Amino acid sequence: MSTQSLQAPALTLDLKGLLCPMPIVKIAQAIKKVNVGDMVEATATDPGVLADIPAWARTSGNEVVTLERQDKLIRFVVRRLK
Amino acid sequence: MATMVRQMYPEAAPAYAAQPESGPKKLSMIVFSGDMDKVMAAFIIATGAAATGMDVIMFFTFWGLNAIRTGRPTGKGLFGRMLGVMNRGGIDRIGPSRFNFGGVGRWMFKVMMRQRQVTPLPELRQMAIDLGVKLLPCGMSMDVMEIARADLIPEVTDPVGVATFIEHSQQSQTTLFI
Repeated sequence: MSTQSLQAPALTLDLKGLLCPMPIVKIAQAIKKVNVGDMVEATATDPGVLADIPAWARTSGNEVVTLERQDKLIRFVVRRLK
Repeated sequence: MATMVRQMYPEAAPAYAAQPESGPKKLSMIVFSGDMDKVMAAFIIATGAAATGMDVIMFFTFWGLNAIRTGRPTGKGLFGRMLGVMNRGGIDRIGPSRFNFGGVGRWMFKVMMRQRQVTPLPELRQMAIDLGVKLLPCGMSMDVMEIARADLIPEVTDPVGVATFIEHSQQSQTTLFI
C-alpha cells in the first residue's frame, strides 16, 4: 500500500450481484480503460472476489490497493501497473 | 532450462526453445463435451484466463462442436441428416450432463442460474470472444458429422486439425481437456 492510495480512482464499478467470472472480467476490461498508475474502485457482493481479485492482480501484474469487507459488501481498489 | 540447453548446445536447441519466455502466458483447451455444464466450465475458465491477460485458444471437437453451432439442422446423407436432427446443437439447446430429462433439467438449471444472476452461456461465449479467446473448430469432426463451416457461428476460425492444437499446446503453460 502506498501514499498514492489517497488519489481518487479514475473509474468506479458496481459489481454487486455478479458472480464468477464476471467481477474479474469487468475489472480486467476496466483496467484497460485507465492510464498506467491510475486506479479502479469497485463494490461487489460475491465473497469469491476476496480470493480472486488478489489472484487476478498477481497473474495480470497489477496491484490491489485496498480490499475490505463490510458485512455483505466488498469494496476494493486496484491500480494499473502496466 | 531452455536457456541452458541453448547455451550448451546452441545448434541443437529444439524449436520450442526459440519461443519468447516472457510475453503473455497461454492456455489451450480441448472442448470435447457438448454438455451445458461442462461447456459452461470451459467458458468460465477461458474468460477468467483471458481477463488475467493470457492468450486463450479453445479447440472444439466432436460433441463440443455443439457449443459453436448456429443450431440449424445439418447433414447431407441419411445418417448425417439423422444426426443433425437428433443432435441439433446451438449453445442455447445443449443440456446438462446429468438430470436433463429431455430438456426439463436444462430449463431448471437456466432458471436457477438466472435467480443467482449467473451469466447465461450465450453471453459468456460472447464475452470470451470479446476478450480475444480464439475458437478453433475441429475439421475432422465436422467432416464426420457433416457439419459445414456455415453451420458454425461466424466468430470461429477456419477448421483446424490436431497438429495446430499441439502447436498451441506446446506454447501453453496450461492445457485442459473438457
